[in-house]
Amino acid sequence: MPAVQETVDQVRRIDVDQYKYGFVTEIESEKAPKGLSEEVIRFISAKKNEPDWMLEWRLDAYRRWLTMTEPTWARVHYPKIDFEELYYYAAPKSTPGPKSLDEVDPELLATYEKLGIPLREREILAGVEGAGDRRVAVDAVFDSVSVVTTFKEELKKAGVIFCSISEAIREYPDLVRKYLGSVVPTTDNFYATLNSAVFSDGSFVYVPEGVRCPMELSTYFRINERNTGQFERTLIIADKGAYVSYLEGCTAPQRDENQLHAAVVELVALDDAEIKYSTVQNWYPGDKDGKGGIYNFVTKRGDCRGPRSKISWTQVETGSAITWKYPSCILRGDDSQGEFYSIAVSNGYQQVDSGTKMIHLGKNTKSRIISKGIAAGRSDNTYRGLVSAHRKASGARNFTNCDSLLIGDQCGAHTVPYIESKNASAVFEHEATTSKIADDQLFYCLQRGLSSEEAVALIVNGFVKDVIQQLPMEFAVEAQKLISISLEGSVG
Amino acid sequence: MNAELRSLRTEAETALAESFAAARNSLPGSATVKAARERAFAAFEGKGLPHRRTEPWRYTDLRALLRTVPPRAAGAAAATALPADPLPGLDRARIVVVDGVWRPELSDLAGLDGVTVTATERLLAEGDERLGGQAGRLDDAMVALNTALMAGGVAIDVPAGVDINRAVEIAHVTTGAVATYVRNHIWVGAGGSLRVLETFVGADAAYQANVVTEAVIGDRAKVIWAKLQAEAASSVHIGTLAASIGAEAQFDHLTLMTGAALSRSQSFVSFGGEFARAGLFGATMVGGRQHADIMLGVDHAVPNGASRELFKAVMDGRAEGIFQGRIVVRPGAQKTDGRMMTQGLLLSEEATFSVKPELEIFADDVQCAHGATSGQIDEDMLFYLLARGIPRAEAETLLVTAFLAEAIEGLGDEAIGEAFEVVARDWLARRGRMVAP
Repeated sequence: MPAVQETVDQVRRIDVDQYKYGFVTEIESEKAPKGLSEEVIRFISAKKNEPDWMLEWRLDAYRRWLTMTEPTWARVHYPKIDFEELYYYAAPKSTPGPKSLDEVDPELLATYEKLGIPLREREILAGVEGAGDRRVAVDAVFDSVSVVTTFKEELKKAGVIFCSISEAIREYPDLVRKYLGSVVPTTDNFYATLNSAVFSDGSFVYVPEGVRCPMELSTYFRINERNTGQFERTLIIADKGAYVSYLEGCTAPQRDENQLHAAVVELVALDDAEIKYSTVQNWYPGDKDGKGGIYNFVTKRGDCRGPRSKISWTQVETGSAITWKYPSCILRGDDSQGEFYSIAVSNGYQQVDSGTKMIHLGKNTKSRIISKGIAAGRSDNTYRGLVSAHRKASGARNFTNCDSLLIGDQCGAHTVPYIESKNASAVFEHEATTSKIADDQLFYCLQRGLSSEEAVALIVNGFVKDVIQQLPMEFAVEAQKLISISLEGSVG
Repeated sequence: MNAELRSLRTEAETALAESFAAARNSLPGSATVKAARERAFAAFEGKGLPHRRTEPWRYTDLRALLRTVPPRAAGAAAATALPADPLPGLDRARIVVVDGVWRPELSDLAGLDGVTVTATERLLAEGDERLGGQAGRLDDAMVALNTALMAGGVAIDVPAGVDINRAVEIAHVTTGAVATYVRNHIWVGAGGSLRVLETFVGADAAYQANVVTEAVIGDRAKVIWAKLQAEAASSVHIGTLAASIGAEAQFDHLTLMTGAALSRSQSFVSFGGEFARAGLFGATMVGGRQHADIMLGVDHAVPNGASRELFKAVMDGRAEGIFQGRIVVRPGAQKTDGRMMTQGLLLSEEATFSVKPELEIFADDVQCAHGATSGQIDEDMLFYLLARGIPRAEAETLLVTAFLAEAIEGLGDEAIGEAFEVVARDWLARRGRMVAP
């Protein structure tokens, strides 16, 4: 088919080296000694002035990690990671705990400006027309530390705590102790355990009972340093009846070596609470020959702990050399709801193995999974998901739809769903399709005077619309741009 | 032996090792066959029985479920009286295999002119090179175990262009608490046609049947293949079909499972030539504490293939129903059309259903889809029938029959389909007597 042929040619020509955020910030940084040992963990903990219980928690996790082996079940291939060759902590050298933005290293501010992230509270997200006075509070994490968190004071007035996790461990130890590791236990899996031992920074959000968070919260993760792994830890708690929408973005410089990003995100929704978590993942995907790029091995899980609570995951995955990530929902409270909306675009030599788990424990729990995979170049794109209903999950409902679109004959699209029902009244429906862009759809568009480029763009946009609609407005714009960059040539 | 031995063996694994050690010199076969047996057993020992972490077996943990292994069936059993015909009224030729041994005097080969039926022992003794051609491709511990210990069964050879209208049944009968390792072959030459049935029944004993059937279906051949697993209540059934289909061939396959305490039915179909069509259907009906697992592998290795898969499972009591399906479209297998549907119906609070329908696609110009559903009988439909004075048990039977019929009719063979529907209705009638009106 000519249009797709043309597209494939252009994708090949332009490929993944169109990555816009591949620059390196020249900034002096302080690192922990290379490799991993109890000393390094003590070093990280000391750097962050952590209380003893936190150090013990980390050391426990480390000892457990030493007994674990790397998981190999995902459909991804990469050379074995040498965990002794990594730096587990890197922080830009600057005045300790800058009081205001003026004290932050201008080099850092310039970096975020270049990335289009508003760190000044009066600013709004660049490139969004008609955003008016919509505001987004940002926590900016650079390598292993949180640089700045905006709108903290204003949020505090509403009772919302939004700060870096390091700060939360110091300032709100009771909350952290109560919830940290309660959704993703330290022993959960190889990478989550590693993260529990060495996690550096990330965001902490607590929305108190009955409060609707007055603005979107967001965290922007940036890996800058060479040979460092980023191990962020995010913990979001929505107390009874609370609501919060949280956005996450990430980029990294263009480097030849592979870098490890092993994050853990835990969400807790109590009675009637709702958490909406959106991610635009744009880590450096490697160059056109598959060299370099981020290994994105992430554990994300939400616990609908209270009745009628709701957790919604929306993700747009365009970056990373390898993605291994399954944002999940444990539907524990009766009548709770879980949602997962995903667009995963892979090009070049990228490998994506992503999906979700919906674990129905409570009565009348509902879940919905919409996953759209687009594979181009020589990439592999796998959806892997689990939907299960336990004995007591009477009246559980799930609807799953995963569609894959293949652009080019060198790529692969795979679907691996697991459906396990232990309750007769649980109703599960799953459907999946894989195809290329239909000739008749293209023909229809061409006949109406669209160029083949425009036609492909239109069809791909239609293909992912269900998911884009779920994103907050700022992200929807960015996501659409990202998809077009990832498939540059195929979507004009 | 180059495979590393695991230090901890289960009781069943020990029994199997002893069984092989005792039989290795007396098992039939040429030198090549003997070497193949040794290799296969080494492969089996290396892996051990499949368990929870063996991905294709994740829902059937044989290391935990298979406690013991009865002794290997030794030679022909004396039995001359066969159990009741599982498919009364269906006209077909019968090849009766008792405890793994073909018994020509109990068989009826009328209407099979031009077809050769050979005992597997003879093929083994001659070292027929077609042996293991299909099963050898599979990386499966239980198939390896069958290769190591295979002793009985038959080969049906339909030469090119021969069209057999009368259905032919390979009737497997087990008479006591033994373990059988049957290997069957079905070869259908170019343009040939065959309607074949495989049935499995047995005496009320804790026997274990491990049967592998290899099939090579030639270009433009047309094969209808129905399997009825109605094994005794305390038995274990592990059946594998490994088939390759030629260009423009048509292969329709139905598996109906009602028996055995623990059963696993595997079908692996590989497309060897373009423009072939395969229809794969299944109906599972289990209750009590039965465990029934269906594994399906469809390999679209060449372009322009089409496959349809429809599997229905009904679980009652505390039964566990499992379906794992995998459609692979290899690089270059353009214009493949694959559609897989799995539906589970839970009739009781304690029954479970697990499904894993996989798509693995490496070609872009394809149409592939799969769907899966799980649920209970629709209350509205039930109410409709109850409101018309139909008793509950009967109403349920009606709805479940309709649910299963779709898969049974998919086979596209009226006579076989009707006989199988009778089996389904009988199962429901037996169940109906247990359900309070």
